[in-house]
Amino acid sequence: MKLKTLALAASVAVASISMVGVAHARDQIQIVGSSTVFPFSTKVAEEFGHSTSFKTPVVESTGSGGGMKLFCSGVGMEHPDITNASRRIKSKEFKKCTENGITITEVKVGYDGIVLGNAKSGAEFFLTTKDIFLALAKEIPDGKGGLIANPNKTWADVNKDLPTTKIEVLGPPPTSGTRDAFVELAMEKGAKKFPELKALRKADKKAFKAIAHSIREDGAFIEAGENDNLIVQKLVANPDALGIFGFSFLDQNADKIKGAIVEGNMPSFERIANGDYPISRSLFFYVKKEHVGKVPGIEEFVAAFTNEDAWGTDGYLVDKGLIPLPDAERASMAEQAKTLAPLAM
Amino acid sequence: MTDTSSNTAVSTQGTWGEMSERTRLRYAAERRFRLYGLAAIGAAVLILATLVTSIGITGLPAFFQTYIKLDVTVDAASAEKGSYRGLMFKSVYALYPEVTDRREKKKLRGIVSSGAGREIKAAVLDDPSLIGTTFSIWVRSSDDVDIFVKGQMDRNLPEADRRVKDNEVAWIDGLEEQGRVETRFNFSFFSSGDSREPEQAGIWGAVVGSFFTLCVTLAVSFPLGVLAAVYLEEFAPQNRWTDLIEVNINNLAAVPSIVFGLLGLAMFLNFFGMPRSAPLVGGMVLALMTLPTIIIATRAALKAVPPSIREAALGVGASELQVVTHHVVPLAMPGILTGTIIGMAQALGESAPLLMIGMVAFIVDVPQGIFDPSTVLPVQIYIWADSPERAFVAKTSAAILVLLTFLVFMNAVAVMLRKRFERRW
Repeated sequence: MKLKTLALAASVAVASISMVGVAHARDQIQIVGSSTVFPFSTKVAEEFGHSTSFKTPVVESTGSGGGMKLFCSGVGMEHPDITNASRRIKSKEFKKCTENGITITEVKVGYDGIVLGNAKSGAEFFLTTKDIFLALAKEIPDGKGGLIANPNKTWADVNKDLPTTKIEVLGPPPTSGTRDAFVELAMEKGAKKFPELKALRKADKKAFKAIAHSIREDGAFIEAGENDNLIVQKLVANPDALGIFGFSFLDQNADKIKGAIVEGNMPSFERIANGDYPISRSLFFYVKKEHVGKVPGIEEFVAAFTNEDAWGTDGYLVDKGLIPLPDAERASMAEQAKTLAPLAM
Repeated sequence: MTDTSSNTAVSTQGTWGEMSERTRLRYAAERRFRLYGLAAIGAAVLILATLVTSIGITGLPAFFQTYIKLDVTVDAASAEKGSYRGLMFKSVYALYPEVTDRREKKKLRGIVSSGAGREIKAAVLDDPSLIGTTFSIWVRSSDDVDIFVKGQMDRNLPEADRRVKDNEVAWIDGLEEQGRVETRFNFSFFSSGDSREPEQAGIWGAVVGSFFTLCVTLAVSFPLGVLAAVYLEEFAPQNRWTDLIEVNINNLAAVPSIVFGLLGLAMFLNFFGMPRSAPLVGGMVLALMTLPTIIIATRAALKAVPPSIREAALGVGASELQVVTHHVVPLAMPGILTGTIIGMAQALGESAPLLMIGMVAFIVDVPQGIFDPSTVLPVQIYIWADSPERAFVAKTSAAILVLLTFLVFMNAVAVMLRKRFERRW
């Protein structure tokens, strides 16, 4: 008796597996990609689901690289329709996409600032990218043409105008897009300030990058995980430490933490939008043209994202922390999105 | 042998005083040992209590939500067009008609949730006679206002450091004076799906997703696990092959769960072409993870059934199959169920393998079946913990409390089953 029930349950389970079949139609947009674009993409998806008759798209947070991998793996209902990225598509990824018969439309949606911040009760920091490089690089120029392991222990060692507190920076791990962008935008810019490294960049770009992108591993830089909320909490608990996180977390926690001033610019909405604040990056999403018309609502979703109500200076994405593109660029980008102009590289 | 023992006996003997001193030391050692044990338990309880209390304190505000009373006039034209958002704006502006600046107005309407229009719409659809009338309705406030009203934001801070600015504070104070602000129990936290707006976000979608996923897990792993264990324990010959299988099952129980996710991605998604983000696939991946637990627990339970039962059944002429299905398995059932529930509880708390198969996703619609995209509770916690909005901090802890409640419930059921049906021979 019991065994019969068991056998029945097992056969039901097996039947349900085989029932799914190989190909399945889909009436719901699938979006993958960057965790930085995730808050914006999900917001648009939610509004889109509420305001249209289409189903609310499913948005996965896979990271920019992971998203590209899924997105470029082919055309067909088992592959996602849109991928978000906190950096531009790489030529390698573009090649893979093209080889798999995918036509991509690129849409730049706005900017995101990366903030070096500390607790409200901590010291004020006025940094240059050179300071950041000197404080966090694994190896720094010794002034005699060679490199030495970073000897700087306190911020005052880096620049005598800075506080004498110990260098202690909490940041994301190498798997994070925020880390990639920070290294590229802050460390690389800082490294370029040294004539010997600048010369090296001209001669051997790879060697330069190896130096500029290596963050010290002697305890001054602490990998604090992907979760920016956690970094904010740790900063509040430790006023001497600095943290690296996205601008929207500074925006939300302005009563607890403050941003360091970099190259004379404080991380504010306006300064990031007009490009004065140096550590900011562009955010994108990529649309698979082959799926338009097959999965209902893709064009409408893209239109909803590029609508002034969403990404405009007064749109709801701004409330979520997106820093919009300049007016002219937004208009041309919206046009490009509307026609689904294919990307060429 | 006897010689040495008598030698040591002699050497440890001494005067009465020495002996009682040794006894005292032995008793002291025993007392100390008990104290260590008590201290260990005390430390564990203290840590658990701290954890639960801190989560409870952080999570408690999420169970309550601030509501604001609006007076809405629904005209037939707007009702027909369905522009309830505009109606909502109008009634918010009516609260403070002196606000005329466009930016200020935007801030003013930011006091209520951006989904308030839908709440009005729901009320009107519920009672169409409201069209053409003016009525009062309590709608959700926005998350910032909610945090402010609950006192989690210090109003004495300088304005620049607050999300709620001075003019908004004045508006809220004014509304409070008019009795238009109220904090109520947040029922929709338990009835709605996820949202990017903390005040609208609920846990129901994730609970349903977890339910469907666990159903699939149970349907796949329980029969497979029990059948495998019964065969291995009751029928299989003892040889090199069964040893190999046993070693592998024990090994699988210790494999990190992400590995099962990778397997699920390669097998179920890429090879069989099953849908991404579906509880069906999630349940099957978790079933793989739960199988070893169930097999090991079932085998232990079967082993605990005394051989005399089998022999007696065989003695009165039962076939081997009858022995197993009529006697051994029913007697082992409490142990089997306990193992299964513990395995299920493990599966309920698992998120890593689901990352690979697309269940770490933002999904608004509450899933209707095992093919619909969905998330599960631990994933919902992860997504909220990663969100920038401050109000999600409380939601995260509240979701953890809900998950803990389910886990405690499942483990309590396991204990109860064991107590209730346990047999001693």
